[in-house]
Amino acid sequence: MLDFLKGPVETFQEFLLLSGRAFRNIVRSPHYADDILLQMDAIGVGSLFIVSLIGFFSGVVMALQMSRALATYGAQGQIGQIVSITLVRELGPVLASLLVAGRNASGIASELGSMRVTEQIDAMRALGTDPIQKLVTPRLIAMAVVLPLLTIIADFLGLVGGWLIAYGMLNITTSQYWSTAWRALEYNDLTQGLLKPFLFAIVIALVGCYYGINTTGGTQGVGRSTTKAVVVASVWIFIITSLLDPLFVNLG
Amino acid sequence: MTQAESSPAPLPVVVEFEDVNLAYGTTPALVHLSFSMKAGETRVVLGAAGSGKTMLLKTAVGLVKPDSGHISLFGEEVTGRKESQLYGLRSKVGILFQEGGLFDSLTIAENVAYPLLNQYALHKNGNTLPPEEVDRRVRESLSFVELEHTLDKFPSELSGGMRRRAGIARAIVTAPQLVLYDSPTAGLDPITANTIINLILKGRDMRNTATIMVTHRYQDGRLMANFRYNPSSGKIERAESGQLTTRFFVMQEGRLFFEGTEAELRASTDSYVQKFARPGSS
Repeated sequence: MLDFLKGPVETFQEFLLLSGRAFRNIVRSPHYADDILLQMDAIGVGSLFIVSLIGFFSGVVMALQMSRALATYGAQGQIGQIVSITLVRELGPVLASLLVAGRNASGIASELGSMRVTEQIDAMRALGTDPIQKLVTPRLIAMAVVLPLLTIIADFLGLVGGWLIAYGMLNITTSQYWSTAWRALEYNDLTQGLLKPFLFAIVIALVGCYYGINTTGGTQGVGRSTTKAVVVASVWIFIITSLLDPLFVNLG
Repeated sequence: MTQAESSPAPLPVVVEFEDVNLAYGTTPALVHLSFSMKAGETRVVLGAAGSGKTMLLKTAVGLVKPDSGHISLFGEEVTGRKESQLYGLRSKVGILFQEGGLFDSLTIAENVAYPLLNQYALHKNGNTLPPEEVDRRVRESLSFVELEHTLDKFPSELSGGMRRRAGIARAIVTAPQLVLYDSPTAGLDPITANTIINLILKGRDMRNTATIMVTHRYQDGRLMANFRYNPSSGKIERAESGQLTTRFFVMQEGRLFFEGTEAELRASTDSYVQKFARPGSS
């Protein structure tokens, strides 16, 4: 039993050590601003289209599905409220983060993994640069900045998608839709809507970097690391959201 | 002239190994390894595959930590230091990796500029180099290895020998006091291999850097030991006996099996040492 637990505990310990170093480097010199901007472009601009698309369609789908349930109570007018609360609180952050995890945790893990197996990370150390400072910290900062921004865009486009259905199919006026959607939101919703993607971003970046940097076993190893990074990051997204939800629901 | 007058001031010790041991599981990688070398000296490390040659280089700069023993670089202790405290020390060392160790997603110019732009030691004091100075030094270093036409190419677009040359350009771009070469001629044809060794000689003698070269080829060692670059004539020429500062190491299963001059290496009657001391052996 102890042997069985040894592996995961060791992995978690190494992960925490890497995370500690990555966070410490945020306030330490040297700072690689160019790398942060490059990563922001790769993660943020690169994911913008797919996140927008998914955000928009989740709003459309939600409005369509909910309209039937609401019609039972004659409360179709409240569609804006339902769409905005669900998107801002939960679906926007989780969907955007899952997409970015699939797209970028894998990208980070395979890039760093390839560097690892071709000894480029050792070369980096030998050339007098800290691979965590140069590779992990810029990805962590970039992800923590752009994922909340991507989530805001996904939320907004989701609301637009909901409005299209409400206006086009449910005969709800534009002002009614937007005013119910807007009034439904409290500070509590906005806080969790932004705190979640921020935490998910940290997890995605660090998990991707951890599995990338610790890749062993050649090109097959790179494949394994990439898969693990996506799976582990996605699972943690759900664990974190499940832990945070009761907290915020109680607060609300 | 008395002995005291003729002997110059003692040169500083650049690398020192004191009873260094390292093992992977039950396989020994380095066993009771002790040696030291002074500024401007050369060591040629020969030995069978897996005899600990590369490990010697990796432990020297702290990439791998030994199980016991002490290593110092430029008089500063390497063993026992935290990784973050080693970056400054490593900035004084140039390394050529076995396959060149170039970053495959950066161009040749970016690769050579990498140490100048990113090195911890350069950044930490807040004195990052201006772009035009970086550009000048990159071009200078690449023209030294005759690769100035490959600035915007990626490593995958170059031949093995050219990659090795680009690796040398990157290793010496910061003008380090110590350069480590890991099998610089492995897998190259004899002509390209000679070009590489000539470049290493040129780099060594222009700046009088201490050099450790791991190699499979005895010819490489002979060239390093008997020839020098003459900066005034710009040619590689046979060294006079007083200019010989090259010693040979032969490693076997992590041990320093033999240490001596080229003449001593050739005179050795040991069959293992002889394997590496025959001209043409590889």
